[in-house]
Amino acid sequence: MSAANTAHSVVEPSLNSKRIAGTIVVLYALVTLIPLVWIFLTSIKSPPDSISYPPKIVFTPSLEGYCNLFTTRTRQTPDYIASLPAPVGTCDEVTRKRNMVIAGPSNFLPRFVNSLVIAFGSTFLAVFLGTLAAYGFSRFRVPLADDLLFFILSTRMMPPIAVAIPIYLMYRELGLSDTALGMILLYTAVNVSLAVWLLKGFIDEIPREYEEAAMIDGYTRLQAFRKVVLPQATTGIAATAIFCLIFAWNEYAFAALLTSGEAQTAPPFIPTIIGEGGQDWPAVAAGTTIFLIPILVFTILLRKQLLRGITFGAVRK
Amino acid sequence: MTISHPSIVEKAADATARATPASLARHVRGLSDRAIAWLFIAPAITLLLAINIFPLIWAVYLSFTNYRANRPNAPVQGVGLGNYERVLNDPDIWQAMQTTAHFVFWTILLQTVIGFALAYLIDRKFRGHAFWTTIILIPMMLSPAVVGNFWRFLYEPQIGLFAYAVSLVSGIPTSDVQMLGNVSLAPWAIIIVDTWMWTPYVMLICLAGLRSIPDYIYEAAEVDRASPWRQFWSITVPMALPFIMLAVLFRGIENFKMFDMVTLLTGGGPGSVTEVASITLKRAAFESWATGRASAFAIVLFVAVFGLANIYVKALNKVKQR
Repeated sequence: MSAANTAHSVVEPSLNSKRIAGTIVVLYALVTLIPLVWIFLTSIKSPPDSISYPPKIVFTPSLEGYCNLFTTRTRQTPDYIASLPAPVGTCDEVTRKRNMVIAGPSNFLPRFVNSLVIAFGSTFLAVFLGTLAAYGFSRFRVPLADDLLFFILSTRMMPPIAVAIPIYLMYRELGLSDTALGMILLYTAVNVSLAVWLLKGFIDEIPREYEEAAMIDGYTRLQAFRKVVLPQATTGIAATAIFCLIFAWNEYAFAALLTSGEAQTAPPFIPTIIGEGGQDWPAVAAGTTIFLIPILVFTILLRKQLLRGITFGAVRK
Repeated sequence: MTISHPSIVEKAADATARATPASLARHVRGLSDRAIAWLFIAPAITLLLAINIFPLIWAVYLSFTNYRANRPNAPVQGVGLGNYERVLNDPDIWQAMQTTAHFVFWTILLQTVIGFALAYLIDRKFRGHAFWTTIILIPMMLSPAVVGNFWRFLYEPQIGLFAYAVSLVSGIPTSDVQMLGNVSLAPWAIIIVDTWMWTPYVMLICLAGLRSIPDYIYEAAEVDRASPWRQFWSITVPMALPFIMLAVLFRGIENFKMFDMVTLLTGGGPGSVTEVASITLKRAAFESWATGRASAFAIVLFVAVFGLANIYVKALNKVKQR
């Protein structure tokens, strides 16, 4: 009766309100994107273009940022540069234009590889341990299960710096300081709490009748877990893995305090990229761009599971 | 869609798994269920004990000593509650706590208001809403340190895009838009970046809250001729409140620990106006090497977060049960 004067269903927003809502959200999204677009644009600017005022939106793209990111360079006299044979490759060319020659590779690639090794290593371990524990909590009557689960979650409340002191001392004793293994173990411990919580939610949703049927058919508990539960939980395991990966990939505090050389990851390294006279912004932007690309891909892959992951599964979708 | 957060939100959830029926248990060959349960759970617990709990206990021990990590061979003496006394009487530490509280308050306020508003708009389900929602979510997936570092460039008064945009809109000369160098603006520079990064997080949880409200409640309100304003305040907000509160809890805990973004944007400066607790703690532990005192501060911080979170969860449960 009351809905008679409206053309649409009572709970369906009118076309007009949809249009206004859409406009505001799109505007917000575009503003939010500006810093990211700017990172990319800066990465393909030449250093003078990157610091010109007013900020340049139209410019000639340059690979200098990427070249500077991957190499170290030394300044030479124009005479010396003129005496060299013809430049090999683009980087050589842009470098020589600034009266420099390439002295060798920079530390970026090893740091990036460290990030890959540490992020993937800790993700694999966290998901492996987390899947086992989640299955244990989901399917068996574990004494003090609630307390244990709460304990597992509460480890995430600690400020990283608070545990960093004793971990620093412990790692120094064990020779794990500044090693990839030390960082893998540390990130695994941080991620395993998320993995247990998320995976328990996913495994709880798999009917236990499946395993019971398999066990009646003569499977042992372990076989039933491997052949029935694991395949059913694949989506959940994949989503959990990506969340762990994102954390380990982005982590800064532990990495900055516990690594300095060998095992340093990209997040503490990128801000230290210095050019002549301060931060080399095109190179920093190039490093940032390369570093962000995997995460952008994951965000798009993950958008449906995102809510569960960021809330420890507290909000189910 | 339900909120079920066994340990934090409702401590006892569905964790007590039903045991396998006895008849079935006889079919199990090899290991008993109990052994398997422990076999499955023990590795994760062991790792957490080794890398989380053991260090925490060590930190508690250190907090009662005068140990200095840069002098590992000096004799260690117990100092009783001396470290705690110093921490609790240190005006710098209280200042850092206040700065932290200031950040937590403003970031949560801004993120909740903007995040909820965005969720409310996205819930209109306009054309392309899924695509734009994904775009909005990108900042929160990035590394606060790496992106925070780049924001330093955006904030540069002479060359940065931010100063340029502000000057273009307001007419203030760019040399006056010293976001990171000005004592009264620096805290806001950090609040802006944090809000840029984490509003999507709050938005996502609010969206889940809004989508959990069943349509029939609005239909009933429509029958009662409740105005849209009335519907918003009597249905939308109260029904979404537990979700909003959950988002505030998670953001609050995270921002209490805030470290990476502040380190890279201002490093605590200018002076110490943006020196949050984590930065003070890092200075005490890794620059002054006052390991014992830093440990005491760390314990105080942890107890504060833990205590506040628990009080908050009680309030959250009350709201949920209404």
